[in-house]
Amino acid sequence: MIKPQDLKLTGYRRPDGRFGTRNHVLIIPVDDISNAAAEGVARLIKGTMALPHPYGRLQFGEDLELTFRTIAGQGRNPNCAAAVVIGIEPNWTDRVVKEIAKTGKPAAGFSIERAGDLKTIEAASRKAKEFVQYATELPREPFTVNQLTMSTKCGESDTTSGLAANPTVGRVFERLADAGATLIFGETTEVTGGEDIIMEKCVTPEIAKAFKAAFDDYQNLVESQGVSLLGSQPTEGNIRGGLTTIEEKALGNIQKAGRCKVVDFLKPAEEPRKPGLSFMDSSSAAAEMVTLCAAAGSVVHYFPTGQGNVIGNPVIPVIKLCGNPLTVSTMTEHIDVDLTGLLRVEINLDQAADLAMQVLEHTINGRFTAAEALRHDEFVLTKLYRSA
Amino acid sequence: MKHGILMHEPTDDVGVAVRDLKNGEEVGAVTLEGQPVGTVKMVNDVPLGHKVAMKDLAAGKDVIKYSRVIGAASQAAPRGSHVHTHNLKTKRWKV
Repeated sequence: MIKPQDLKLTGYRRPDGRFGTRNHVLIIPVDDISNAAAEGVARLIKGTMALPHPYGRLQFGEDLELTFRTIAGQGRNPNCAAAVVIGIEPNWTDRVVKEIAKTGKPAAGFSIERAGDLKTIEAASRKAKEFVQYATELPREPFTVNQLTMSTKCGESDTTSGLAANPTVGRVFERLADAGATLIFGETTEVTGGEDIIMEKCVTPEIAKAFKAAFDDYQNLVESQGVSLLGSQPTEGNIRGGLTTIEEKALGNIQKAGRCKVVDFLKPAEEPRKPGLSFMDSSSAAAEMVTLCAAAGSVVHYFPTGQGNVIGNPVIPVIKLCGNPLTVSTMTEHIDVDLTGLLRVEINLDQAADLAMQVLEHTINGRFTAAEALRHDEFVLTKLYRSA
Repeated sequence: MKHGILMHEPTDDVGVAVRDLKNGEEVGAVTLEGQPVGTVKMVNDVPLGHKVAMKDLAAGKDVIKYSRVIGAASQAAPRGSHVHTHNLKTKRWKV
């Protein structure tokens, strides 16, 4: 059995002491209309990556706060070495730059009004070139599991997810939590039918209460629309794979937590405050959830799938685990950890966890995941309500 | 692979087909630890990943998987039959 302390991990030490598994120079647009300039810089300067998205204008309240937290969180993430931020005007641009700069890493902002796209691209590109030269000089250094922050969320689940890929993640998370790692899971509506299990896992009544309040909020929101999640949860893909009800899906989903306790409750995109497993209030839509995990500082993600969700993320490597033999044979290029041996009862859960930990080690040390090699760079903001 | 059905718990009402199962087949069921849970004679085709009734399930009765209620039978499902959206409904969200 592989112990977490046996893993030989290397990463990039950031000024705030956290370790990244990747070394991006990000070009972050504050708003939709700054995507063109951000992508312009990324095309000019080798080693940079733009994160275009469709929002950032006329949002307000908690929805605006979440967008800021999510965008700034990508720059704050330890996988980011340095960040260039581009917005239409200077105030909100500076707000994002300041949040990123709090980590001590290089960050600079540029605004388009009174300059135009082309002059902005030129100025931002000069800074981006400087940042790339800084980043490419940084060495990988050894680090230990208690300095690791990682996340999990499953997708296109089927009955094999609950039998194989999800409990495998749960077993690895038990080992990592014991060794002091910081872990994130969530998917607030997708624990419906197993919410009592999550509450029992919470280490204090306050955390259980905070989780239940977020859970009830979601159920009330759905009811207030005069609809139900039938038809959306389980998804058509889940049903095709043999999952019938939300309760069944939830019980499979929760396997990812293993026997870990829930040590804290986080708002969407909020950075964990302590080691152990935290529950983050979040959508179950794959790209939204993984983007929120990246914003919260996760540096690598376990994504168990049954029917074959192909999602990736630009900032954090996404490792796919699958126990469904049909998916593994028809979608080979997407799967990082083949767990079909569990269904054949040729391996047990501890052996499956070893397989997943080997791939985790290689991925942390720089090996591309399937999703990285296939350019799955889904960056999707969670929108809480309509813009003004 | 001798078994065709995996069960989370030996006492569950349903198991999961780990290959395409054919009507009339006698199929072995095991737990994830490999513990045998007997055999069942299939009365429908059940595709990989779909559920098989391990007992006669009466209409209206709770259906148990993971030793927990995953919904209620909306119509009777005999042992060896396919259990899915046509005969199992959630107890959580209104139809």
